[in-house]
Amino acid sequence: MNEVFRDAWLIARKDLAIEFRTRSAFLSAVVFALLGIVIFYFAWDSSAVSAIDLAPGVLWVIFTFSGMLGLHRSFGVEQPDRGIDGLLASPVARESIFLGKALANLVFVVAVQTVAIPSVGLFYGLPLGPVVVPLAGIALLAAIGLVAVGTLFSAMAVNTRLAELLLPMLSLPFFVPIVIPAAQATAKLMSGRPVGDAAPWLKLLLAFDLVFVVACTLAYPFTLEE
Amino acid sequence: MSNESPTVVATENLSRQFGRRKAVDDVTLSVDGGSTLALFGPNGAGKTTLLRILSGLLKPTSGSARIGNVALPGGPAVRRRVGVISHHTLLYEALTARENVEFAAKLYGVADFRAASESALGRMKILDRAETPVRALSRGLKQRVSVARATVHDPEVILADEPFTGLDLLGAAALSDLLNSLRERGAAVILVTHNVDEGLSLATHAAIMDRGRILEVEPQSRIDRATFGERYRQLVSHGE
Repeated sequence: MNEVFRDAWLIARKDLAIEFRTRSAFLSAVVFALLGIVIFYFAWDSSAVSAIDLAPGVLWVIFTFSGMLGLHRSFGVEQPDRGIDGLLASPVARESIFLGKALANLVFVVAVQTVAIPSVGLFYGLPLGPVVVPLAGIALLAAIGLVAVGTLFSAMAVNTRLAELLLPMLSLPFFVPIVIPAAQATAKLMSGRPVGDAAPWLKLLLAFDLVFVVACTLAYPFTLEE
Repeated sequence: MSNESPTVVATENLSRQFGRRKAVDDVTLSVDGGSTLALFGPNGAGKTTLLRILSGLLKPTSGSARIGNVALPGGPAVRRRVGVISHHTLLYEALTARENVEFAAKLYGVADFRAASESALGRMKILDRAETPVRALSRGLKQRVSVARATVHDPEVILADEPFTGLDLLGAAALSDLLNSLRERGAAVILVTHNVDEGLSLATHAAIMDRGRILEVEPQSRIDRATFGERYRQLVSHGE
């Protein structure tokens, strides 16, 4: 079991090193997130909807779609010189490849969230200070679920001609059970309710995380059949 | 192939179908340790598909293949024994040559991955460019790194699909030396190439494959180069 995680960490470090050198997906995702926040801001009628009601929705729409850019890149970096064949021909377990990819994607999504959360707070004038720790916890929990599903579908879509289109089409329906409890828990926190009020949503989020991480890890080897 | 060395790679009635087309059709062959099988055949003959099955990347439709005593696709223990030189380089362009080879060494669980990488890069005469990102290397230099990557763990079985592609004289000589030294140390090598002279100079056995089938397998001692080359050229021009 240790070997599975050791190899996963090795693959994650390799992916992060590539992303750190090229920064292509991260910069695209951050620019996309900031543009999204700006567009929502200018389309917002503050007399009709309060910032506290709107911000959780904005935050989760931004996370979902900006994260997609990183998820698409995940198996995309393996394509040009068929690095994926090198991984598959090596003695690492298929589960390690999935977990390594998912871990790198998690770091990517969390990095985008680190830029996006303060930006939403700034644009919508929200005092995030008191809720920043539980909000970061919700963001991390949701990121785990999104990344598990997104990594699996990235692996499935990457060999198709319509990968860019197919990935969101496959992923988004499965993102719904993650985004709903995450957005609801975020709304409770931002409206000044105690963390305990968000607990039922957090439990639901945790349950979906467990289901998706286990199911996607087990399903990944079947996506490799030719 | 011979009765002296244990058979390291063997297939029995191996077939692989893509839709209605049989890419590999009822192939039975064996390669002993310490042997090099040069596999010739026109484009689309099924050579690459055969190597992909042997490297565990593809499942056969029927028949079986084994490395040692383990039936393929096998598990990590079998894959650890095999080195794959593919059509593609299997490298990451953003990483340096050394990082690519060290990454492979770690994947294969090589204990002293730094020394193994240094040695593999040295064997392919690419140490002076070890810190260069692969994207800045020429096709031939990438191929040298790719070979270093495939052999960093001293595999018992080498599956080489047109490994001389893009190599200059120095690179080709380094690869020939490497394949010969691995074979002398007991490795089984399957070498796919279109260059008859190059293939026969390294081979202990030669085979011709066409339309998924192995047409003939001969030991080097029974091969007349001129006749073999002519037969192969006729087959290729007939196929075209």
